[in-house]
Amino acid sequence: MCLAVPARVVELNGDSAIVDLDGIRKETSTLLLDEVAIGDYVLIHVGYALERIDPLEAAKTLKLFDELKAMDAEA
Amino acid sequence: MKYVDEFRDGDTARALARVIRAEINPERNYRLMEFCGGHTHAIFRFGIVDLMPDNIRFIHGPGCPVCVLPAGRIEAAIRLVEEEDVILCTYADLMRVPAGKKDSLQKAKARGGDIRMIYSPTDALSLARENPQREVVFFAIGFETTTPPTAAAIKIAEAEEISNFSVFCNHVETPPAMMHILTAGDAKIDGILGPSHVSTIIGSNAYADCCDKYRVPLVIAGFEPLDVIQSVLMLVRQINAGVARVENQYTRAVSETGNEKAKVLMHEVFEQRPQFEWRGLGVLPNSAVQIRSEFADFDAEKRFGMKEIATADIKGCICPAVLRGMNNPDECKLFGTACTPEDPKGACMVSSEGACAAYYSYGRYRSAEATA
Repeated sequence: MCLAVPARVVELNGDSAIVDLDGIRKETSTLLLDEVAIGDYVLIHVGYALERIDPLEAAKTLKLFDELKAMDAEA
Repeated sequence: MKYVDEFRDGDTARALARVIRAEINPERNYRLMEFCGGHTHAIFRFGIVDLMPDNIRFIHGPGCPVCVLPAGRIEAAIRLVEEEDVILCTYADLMRVPAGKKDSLQKAKARGGDIRMIYSPTDALSLARENPQREVVFFAIGFETTTPPTAAAIKIAEAEEISNFSVFCNHVETPPAMMHILTAGDAKIDGILGPSHVSTIIGSNAYADCCDKYRVPLVIAGFEPLDVIQSVLMLVRQINAGVARVENQYTRAVSETGNEKAKVLMHEVFEQRPQFEWRGLGVLPNSAVQIRSEFADFDAEKRFGMKEIATADIKGCICPAVLRGMNNPDECKLFGTACTPEDPKGACMVSSEGACAAYYSYGRYRSAEATA
């Protein structure tokens, strides 16, 4: 129920946006977000963008995975 | 898909699982409750349960809105359709949930009730605009993830003066349910995997009381498999160190304070409901929201004078104990025999996020092999 999928914003029209979800274009409300720009990835849930995905934080998490993998390789 | 595929890499998952194995204390058990049905689903679907050492146990929580909605609320919605002749709009998950007297929304629709499955509350608004001569009721359920979109729909209806639109509000709140499970203490819990998308709205600070009061560590975890496994590692480390604090693994979407704009909107339209019945957990005080009196025109309960309907639990079904983390689904007599996803008896078998449906779809062969 609380699933939300990441999609890329490709068009903005006032309080709504067209997002690209792996090739599928869908209209989404951006009413719940303060700022959104074309190219942003947002989490879509029941037709609303809930939050922007922070690319820097995502990169940090992936880097942590790499560090844990290195730890595993050394063990 | 970006932000999905890179969080599903199998080699990384196995490496992370080996790190967990190296760090656990073999002398103890780690009982981790995943609050959300989304996590239950991920744990089974991606085989995370198989990667974990035996002394890490997943306890399945009540974070499945379909599963915790009492049958009486569904019966009340069916009455709206059959006695008030409304167009009832609902998310698909609710259609097959058993109501009292072996009824369901799906059966009411088959009898000729005008029940529409929708993807978004904005679809319900469109139906109201297209059918000005009919009453359109949105059967709203869900945790804090789903509440702001409902609030937005009510605000739009007010602004556009869509007077034939109303909402049957069944939105519930996460922290009170979590506190209830910890207070009841039926299921011994060493750590909690916290919700992903509820937390994007309410923020990680919302769980501070749970950790402080009950000395239970909580890690907000993304829904992808690597997110879940890393969060398990974070919980193991907290438990080993004897600390209990809120940590956030899902930093790419969750902040400390959450989505302020969504929270403001939610509080503008909704207020705390003095009490609400949860299937399995009983009547919990201050655990759900209702529409504020300023928006009473859009409150279906007021518009149609809806009454509470009490319904008995289904005989033999142990959903209540499953939702409290006391029993596993395969301990139920009905599991996989009288109760299957095709013909569900209990709510936990209906939603794909319900613990019973997850066991049935991904786990029952595993248990059968283990006992053989």
